[in-house]
Amino acid sequence: MDRARQPRWQSLAAEPEFRALLRSRRRFVVPATIFFIAYYLALLITAGFWPRLMSRPLLGPLTVAYCFALSQFAMAWLLLALYLYRARQFDLAAARIRRREMRETLEPQ
Amino acid sequence: MTAQPSLVMFAVFVGITLVVTYWASGRSRTSRGYYTADRRIGGLQNGWAIAGDYVSAAAFLGITGLVAFYGFDGFMYSVGWLVAYLAVLFLVAEPLRNTGKYTLADLMSFRLRGRGVRAIAALSTLVITLFYLIAQMVGVAALVNLLLPRFTDVVAIASVGILMLVYVLFGGMLATTWVQIIKAGLLLVTAISLSILAVRHFDFSLGQFFSAAASVSTSAGTSNLLQPGLLFHGPMGAWNLVSLGLALVLGTAGLPHILIRFFTVPSAKAARTSVAWAMVLVGIFYLTTSFMGLGAATLVGKEHIGPRMYAGQAIAYIARHPVQQSALDAQLKSKGYIVPKPDSNLAAPLLASQLGGPLLAAFVAAVAFATILAVVAGLTLTASSAFAHDIWFSLVRGGRSDETEQIFVARSAALAVGALAIALSIVLRGFNVAFLVGLAFAVAASANVPVILLALAWRRFSRFGAIAGMLSGLVSSLALIALSPVVLGNHAIFPLENPGIVSIPAGFIGALLGTLLARDRDSEAMFDQLQVRATTGLGAEV
Repeated sequence: MDRARQPRWQSLAAEPEFRALLRSRRRFVVPATIFFIAYYLALLITAGFWPRLMSRPLLGPLTVAYCFALSQFAMAWLLLALYLYRARQFDLAAARIRRREMRETLEPQ
Repeated sequence: MTAQPSLVMFAVFVGITLVVTYWASGRSRTSRGYYTADRRIGGLQNGWAIAGDYVSAAAFLGITGLVAFYGFDGFMYSVGWLVAYLAVLFLVAEPLRNTGKYTLADLMSFRLRGRGVRAIAALSTLVITLFYLIAQMVGVAALVNLLLPRFTDVVAIASVGILMLVYVLFGGMLATTWVQIIKAGLLLVTAISLSILAVRHFDFSLGQFFSAAASVSTSAGTSNLLQPGLLFHGPMGAWNLVSLGLALVLGTAGLPHILIRFFTVPSAKAARTSVAWAMVLVGIFYLTTSFMGLGAATLVGKEHIGPRMYAGQAIAYIARHPVQQSALDAQLKSKGYIVPKPDSNLAAPLLASQLGGPLLAAFVAAVAFATILAVVAGLTLTASSAFAHDIWFSLVRGGRSDETEQIFVARSAALAVGALAIALSIVLRGFNVAFLVGLAFAVAASANVPVILLALAWRRFSRFGAIAGMLSGLVSSLALIALSPVVLGNHAIFPLENPGIVSIPAGFIGALLGTLLARDRDSEAMFDQLQVRATTGLGAEV
């Protein structure tokens, strides 16, 4: 890429459309990350420190601990589905910003 | 065991993958083709390849055995290794594709320019991949001893090493990718079939299946396989579990051989799609470890699974003279070797032979070898790209070298890494090196992940902070492992088997303190560009 034709990174970063995209991405990713780490840590901590409590049968022979472990799979797949759904909007916004920027850098200033 | 059918099946796998390599060889003549398969792998294909790269023999044979012996506690590995992909999905995959070219160091040194960050990042990649590589290749020796006792482990290590080099040297990333895809397919079919066969034994009643598992007698008479505490018990048990779990869940987002797979797809969107497919495939596989492991515990019986794993001729000797085991233990101990724990790696092949006879067992053994082969090929390619692209091209030549030289250096580096791994694995084959996989995850989580996250999210983050963070994560995880029970046994100074709970915070604190010591205006100025690129994909490598 020609140096002069580089996208204008600094001004792009300040544009409202980009800030909005960044914010909406963060509004999903930060809580989702905190949630999955907390949910996973909860399993480690309860199974590690309260094994007796977690050893009680819950579903037939399955213990509370084993059900909690299996629920981690459901949690992971659910968050994946949610993210894939939200990411379609991120993609659209990113594509808009890209298209506009390409047009402007290609035209003579 | 069933050596001949197993060898024939493995030979078929090798034959097919060699044809793929021949086909791929024409397309890996440029460095872009060699490192990234010209970024033309689709999201679905890359998802399968990530699964093939990620699920090692340690997972297939190791976790199945751990679940067979320790039930719930063994299954905790499976849970951690799946949940870990959420960190890859949310935090790393798309920004990495948008800002990097060939290696993990590209992302880190995108705005933290200069030699220091790239050099340390390349060093950490080389350390992680070499540990992982040795753990896998020593696993070949163990597997040969267990499954094909008529072959010597040196020959087996050397042949696996040479095959992996053939894939990487001649077929580059394209061949390596397809080897991983084929292997992932084989492994998933095997794991699902074994699980279905195990549940079929109980007339497809999950209630009966788990009830039978709950009634298997365990080492701790009071608790059963579905209850926590069989592996992680004693005063440090809970801390061991938490520390290991942290390293597993964060480490994946810093594993170089997984992360470079995102450079093989055309866009950030395809990177996301590939994590999605990988999470589906890897998740299904890790669910089956429960059925394979508990199935082995109930249908085969633990007392039939647990011969000890010895190197070289010892296993055959013990098989002939079982009463000599304690004498051999004492002899090993007196020579300074670590006496191996009862080995559970046979659970999956034994379950297969119980459920489907010798042919199925042979198939499982062949799949286990294919698994190792695909993983080591990916690792060798990763190490060679870190050396050739980061150290040679960027540091030694300052970014000025032509295509012919780059591809030559990349291939030579692969050859050197492969030869080093073969030699080290042959030397170390008598030792129990399973802890190296845990260590690789701990180093990845402590040295790489803090720096990746801070580089992407913190404007103030500086070059000095990145170097301090990577070094403190790397050194603390290596030092704590050296002082831990897995190396020092009863004389351990650090009480936990995995250093994660200390070394991951150490990595973050090092990065934080290093940054607060001095401002780095150049890196701050680049932050806007990084953020725009990472989020929108503007200017991404094509």
